[in-house]
Amino acid sequence: MTTRRDFLKAGTAAGAAALVIPTLVRAESFAARAPSAPVPAPMDPAVKELLTEALNAARMGGAEFADARIGRYRNNYVITREQQIVNVVDTDTLGVGVRVLVNGTWGFGASRDLTKSGVVAATKEALAIAKANALPAADRVRLAPATPTPDGRYVTPHTIDPFTVPIEQKADLLIRANAEAMKVSGVKFVNSNMFFVKEEKNYANTDGTFTTQTVLRSWLPFAATAVAPDFSDFQTRTNVMQPAARGYEALLAAKPVENARKWGEEAAEKLKAKPVEVGRYDLVLHPTHLWLTIHESIGHPMELDRAMGYEANYAGTSFVAPPREKLGKFRYGPSIMNIQGDRSQEGGCATIGWDDDGVKPDEFLIIKQGIVNDYETTREQAPMLDWWYASQKRPVRSHGCSHSDSWSDVQFQRMPNVSLLPGTKDIGWDDLIAATDRGIGIVGDGSFSIDQQRYNAQFGGQLFYEIKGGKIVGMLKDVAYQMRTPDFWNSMDMIGGKKSYEMGASFFDGKGQPGQVNAVSHGCVPSRFRNINVINTGRKA
Amino acid sequence: MSAPKSLFTKGSALSAGEMLSRSEAQAFLERVVKLSKAETIGAQLNGGYQGNIRFAANRITTSGGVNNSQLVVQSGYGAKHAVVTTSDFSPEGIARAVRQSEAIARLAPDDPENLPLLPPQQHQSVDAYFESTANLTADERAVAAHSAIDAAKAAGDLAAAGFIIAGTNYNAIASNTGMFAYFPSTSANYQLTVRTNDGTGSGWAGADHPDWKQIDYKAVSDRAIGKARASRNPVAVEPGRYTVIFEPQAVGDLVQLLAFSLDARSADEGRSAFSKQGGGTKIGEKIVDPTVTIFSDPADPQLLGQPWTSEGLPLGREVWVENGVLKELQYSRFWAQKKGVRPNGGLGAVKMAGGDTTTEQMIASTPRGILVTRLWYLRQVDPRTVLYTGLTRDGTFLIENGKITKAVKNFRFNESPLFMLNNLEMLGRPERIAGTESGGNVVMPTIKVKDFNFTSLSDAV
Repeated sequence: MTTRRDFLKAGTAAGAAALVIPTLVRAESFAARAPSAPVPAPMDPAVKELLTEALNAARMGGAEFADARIGRYRNNYVITREQQIVNVVDTDTLGVGVRVLVNGTWGFGASRDLTKSGVVAATKEALAIAKANALPAADRVRLAPATPTPDGRYVTPHTIDPFTVPIEQKADLLIRANAEAMKVSGVKFVNSNMFFVKEEKNYANTDGTFTTQTVLRSWLPFAATAVAPDFSDFQTRTNVMQPAARGYEALLAAKPVENARKWGEEAAEKLKAKPVEVGRYDLVLHPTHLWLTIHESIGHPMELDRAMGYEANYAGTSFVAPPREKLGKFRYGPSIMNIQGDRSQEGGCATIGWDDDGVKPDEFLIIKQGIVNDYETTREQAPMLDWWYASQKRPVRSHGCSHSDSWSDVQFQRMPNVSLLPGTKDIGWDDLIAATDRGIGIVGDGSFSIDQQRYNAQFGGQLFYEIKGGKIVGMLKDVAYQMRTPDFWNSMDMIGGKKSYEMGASFFDGKGQPGQVNAVSHGCVPSRFRNINVINTGRKA
Repeated sequence: MSAPKSLFTKGSALSAGEMLSRSEAQAFLERVVKLSKAETIGAQLNGGYQGNIRFAANRITTSGGVNNSQLVVQSGYGAKHAVVTTSDFSPEGIARAVRQSEAIARLAPDDPENLPLLPPQQHQSVDAYFESTANLTADERAVAAHSAIDAAKAAGDLAAAGFIIAGTNYNAIASNTGMFAYFPSTSANYQLTVRTNDGTGSGWAGADHPDWKQIDYKAVSDRAIGKARASRNPVAVEPGRYTVIFEPQAVGDLVQLLAFSLDARSADEGRSAFSKQGGGTKIGEKIVDPTVTIFSDPADPQLLGQPWTSEGLPLGREVWVENGVLKELQYSRFWAQKKGVRPNGGLGAVKMAGGDTTTEQMIASTPRGILVTRLWYLRQVDPRTVLYTGLTRDGTFLIENGKITKAVKNFRFNESPLFMLNNLEMLGRPERIAGTESGGNVVMPTIKVKDFNFTSLSDAV
């Protein structure tokens, strides 16, 4: 794993001026109360045998590289509204996906038939498809080298496995939280859920890597809706808790019963909020909001497959392209802006031990002091930037961003945790508000939309606070801001320090065809953006 | 890995190559229902084979074939119920899913809105299974992909990126109340984006039909290439209110959003654009232009959808908006019972009736306007008015004095499909479109509207 010292060395070697890069965000700094790390068990021998069977069949069939994944993917949902349970759902899917590289061309086959013959049939399907699509020599895939891991084991650090918590307990917690929110005058509806994910993933490739990993994620979606007595308006307060790669303890820590009344009051207060006047404002963005802006306007355009045109038909391309014109040159934002990619932050939804190429991910700076420094990569993609890594005296290696959302989908480049690193000054939300004369403070993520090259975006939020003379003077509604990505980030002039760092996350980042979802977290600090265009989204039906 | 070892040594109850016939699905589900010890059991079995090919930058990137099926079991005791799904079809796996759903259901609190499972129903027959799609090979998918790749390569200044997915699907349900329904279908979808290598032009086209023979991939390629070339070097025009001609793909994106907001319960509860101030819903009120009619009909030859819901409720023709008047909202079984009306299922397939104006006639009738190929990243801004934001993409053009004169930069809009359909001027022939952002079978006409609200410009190509 790359350390801060490695980054500093790399910077010095490139002849950069003395760097003042804040301490990279490392797992330890978040472990206020470290959950016990369960001891990972070795791979099930029956699974290992099937994986080996697939790899042998692939080699026999002429593959120069192959990998196989046998995974069990489980979800658990508890769905409630007001004082009732709407449903309880457990999903469970188990199968094998085999990917082969034949003469530089990929093929993929998948089946839920976990017998030797089923695994071999999936491998044969993959081989046949690779052969049907044989690429000309110039287009053939080259993989960056990766150190084999013969016995890799990983388990998401957690205290309580949510799949062991009795259903009555989960339902009781939600129903009590709903009741608290319903006590608020004006709150007529509450929808709350629990959503847990458990992925037991086994991976093997022809380099000699065998890894077995158990990944957990937990989330409590909650929405309180207040309706005006004359039915002229309704307002919802939602996105109160950020998803995380943690156990049930993360939901308990969010204290839904204790906080639900406050969330309900915020919904009711939105009914009385003042409609925003359109114009330009300084925005003070809370981490519960800013994570999504980072996701859309940095996380996505810095995916190398987008920059190379591979996602042109669906998710889109990137304005940060071509890489030769951007790496080391393009100013994304001010020098206080350092953006890290990693899959190692504890609680990060993209955090894992090894990716779906068999690579142990590293921590890397995507934007260093405001300048584009690297892209998110897989083993197939890293060689596309070999000229840049050579100039930086850095090895050509994948950053470990290969991911598939199920055994039945082929892996490709997905977003790691992409985070805005804290500033050097020990300041936070209150300090940014106090320093702002005329602005809007935004808490929580709301509506979001961005174009296919990630230039023009529009974001709403949950709670909007009018700032005058360094103080919050009241609540606003119908607020959305429109931005052009590089202008927006270059307007950032104040950022919080380490103590104000929080992570937000999405369970459902969509990309690829057929579509796949990825869960990803974004750490950030409260930050101020100057002179941003704010529109009023209120209309009369 | 916590699956039992037996899974890896015994054969599954189903083979790979998964397309179950009616009798196979029925026999499978009968076995599942017989295993139940609960008061009620409803089971669903679905799956199939999907083959795909993906290409970009004029080369094939990934390609695969996936066999999959899943079993969904819902067990109930009185007002308690729970759902478990599994893809493990070994006898132990099936039994485990049934027992697990029973165990969770027993522990679940009562659902006061629980309704008994439906007795057997009469479902209309829809034929959406086509051998041409079921028999499609990896080689044939590659040929279709290469028709675009080779044309783009030969042009020298173009890059093609696209995706073809085609395969078989089956869906079956059964219950201990005697319900059984089975629906086999095929699906084929092709979407293509061609970009100019100078990065200034991008064109999109697509096709979708259950019958692969209806996918004219050469025509898709020609259309995307034509749009890519025509869209080069776009100029900026001021955002503002414009007369806009939306091609069917863009209409589908917006009208589907309106369809999604037709839930009767939300309207009755005062949290919908179709809530009436003071209480009640807007059923019976004029909500859009009198030329607008929007309906669902699984048997419509352009839609060919599954004629029943996951509960087995029959789906027929439901007219949501007729001649501009809101005729129906969507009633779940529970809400229909509460309100004393007929439950009317879901909104999977949706069609907007059209007229006979051609796109060329619409352009010729427009002194100044914008032609939009498709839309992107639509997100709700305000549910009170079904206000959405999103952007134009892959072919946006200026119309001046009845002619397309130049490509223009893409726009962001903040607009409601309700407002848009109030400003309707012309309607074209409905076409089956190649997939909205939300998916589903959608048939829409080209439309011409006035005063559509573009709020900012995007530099994105």
